[in-house]
Amino acid sequence: MTGLSPETVTSPTNAHGLCGPGGLPDLGAPREPITPQEVERIRRDFPILARKVRSGHELIYLDTAATAQRPSCVMDAMTWFANNNYAAVNRGAHLLGEESTEAFEDARARVARFFGATPSEIVFTSGTTAALNLIALSLGELAQGEPPASSAVPHICPGDRIVVTQAEHHANLVPWQRLAARTGAELAWIDAGPDGRLNLESLAALIDSRTRVLAFTHASNVTGAVTDVARLVEAARSVGALTVLDAAQSAPHLPVDFRALGVDLAAISAHKMLGPNGIGALYGRREVLEQLPPVFTGGSMVEIVTMTEATFCPPPGRFEAGTQPVTEAIGWAAALDYLSHLGMDRLAEREAKLTARLLDAVTGIPGVRLLGPADPADRLGVVALDIEGVHPHDAGQYLDDRGIAVRVGHHCAQPIHRALGVRASTRASVGLYNTEAEIDAFAEALANVRPYFGATQ
Amino acid sequence: MSEPSGLESLYRELILDHYRRPRGKDLAPTFDAESFQVNPVCGDEVRLRVKLGAASSDELGGTDILGQVTWTGTGCSISQASTSVMCELVRGEDLGRVAELEAAFGRLMHSRGLGLESEADEDALGDAIAFEGVAKYPARVKCALLGWMALKDALAKAVAGDSSPAPGPKG
Repeated sequence: MTGLSPETVTSPTNAHGLCGPGGLPDLGAPREPITPQEVERIRRDFPILARKVRSGHELIYLDTAATAQRPSCVMDAMTWFANNNYAAVNRGAHLLGEESTEAFEDARARVARFFGATPSEIVFTSGTTAALNLIALSLGELAQGEPPASSAVPHICPGDRIVVTQAEHHANLVPWQRLAARTGAELAWIDAGPDGRLNLESLAALIDSRTRVLAFTHASNVTGAVTDVARLVEAARSVGALTVLDAAQSAPHLPVDFRALGVDLAAISAHKMLGPNGIGALYGRREVLEQLPPVFTGGSMVEIVTMTEATFCPPPGRFEAGTQPVTEAIGWAAALDYLSHLGMDRLAEREAKLTARLLDAVTGIPGVRLLGPADPADRLGVVALDIEGVHPHDAGQYLDDRGIAVRVGHHCAQPIHRALGVRASTRASVGLYNTEAEIDAFAEALANVRPYFGATQ
Repeated sequence: MSEPSGLESLYRELILDHYRRPRGKDLAPTFDAESFQVNPVCGDEVRLRVKLGAASSDELGGTDILGQVTWTGTGCSISQASTSVMCELVRGEDLGRVAELEAAFGRLMHSRGLGLESEADEDALGDAIAFEGVAKYPARVKCALLGWMALKDALAKAVAGDSSPAPGPKG
């Protein structure tokens, strides 16, 4: 291999000395729980947390589930690459092209390692939405051809069944609606119970020999409920159905190993996990990816092209048509190094404590209803609330005036809101940089929302 | 603790009052035209019905007036209060005047909080001037305009003689 000395790729400076290129050395892990002092150090890695917002308030960022803030090392890695190595990948014989290709593939390897996969099982996409659409479109393409003698992926026919859940983000629902319409398959779903957790009693009725695909979220972006992946994978495997996991919400907060989870395909986004926006990935077991046809075609994904036909690269290249987001891939890999250095298990432990504090604080407020499981053990720190008599936009505006950023609306998940009897909600979500004091400030402001809008009667 | 001025400029007491006690929010069973508008960002909805009436011919030259305007809907305080204030402002006005008010309110919403250039607009808008603060929050401008969009649509239909029920979920 030629040339790219890893040290030239990223700038390794920040409070932690993090984001070493090519992955950090395994530190043998400092496995003590995260201390308040460490949280303060972490916060210094995120310059945006120092800015003042409305009326001069400190920013309290509780919208990490929508997009996570990025540590300086991520921006530094991207800037460094742009200033030193940037060029198109997989083409050209010049030094910059070579370095860029190597850096891009190095980033792929780091993403793969983070998720317990091999590099050839990681397809870069623009994000989770693109990855899920890619799967559904590819299965639709496959369904139009002749059924193969045997395959790791289903050839979907009229009367087959595609199963999703009521807790899905629109990105893991609408593509399946379209695939069902296109193939004549039936779309069925696992209902959510009153606290947002999936009703797995219905599994036996939904998963049978007709079921071809089971697509589900690892954790709801509304209720925070974490899915029992093992149970769903076992049910799908027993009938040979393909499993598709939306890990956009879980990947930033839990250690996620796709091979250990046993899913066939999965989708993730960098911007939920301290990386840049505009990049994410499709994970696919090698045997599965090898049998999926490409959806987007064009440059970089072909081997031989004549005027009438083309042959395609093996995965993952087959699914990466056109110019790739190289700088973003490098930023994402830097973000994963940052997370790995801190330790996903330690982060999960600390976020669980923050979540417990948040749940405890909001459940005592009159007129505020939690949409999701009350037990922190069943969920992530994505906490959607219904505030009686106050529209979420008004609640969000009131909180914003105090410097508190939350998400309001249906969070691209209308069906789960409808199932819980509301149109929209006010959602606070925690990240590794949040503090106990911020949770308390949020709870105090939240308690004032209904009185302010006169909803206390 | 006193409320910060930013929020007070948005949630004027008049707005909160109309939110708590909306005017005209009682959908009439009969109508000349109906409109249903939804803000896809937040799912806020307004269903609005209008009935035209003839003005006394001497003063207004026999032009149509907006005889009745009623509505129902769900949404934030801004969308609900704005529709409520609008109802009080336009009821009984002739259609030319309603169009002028609608245009003036649009100018207010696009003033980015700098206020209106025209004093005539200010005088004409009356209580609706309370929504001036909304213009400083671009994400909320659509909320304030939802009812006005429904009114404009319903009046266009009424003038064209289209009395078909508006599509969209009922109530």
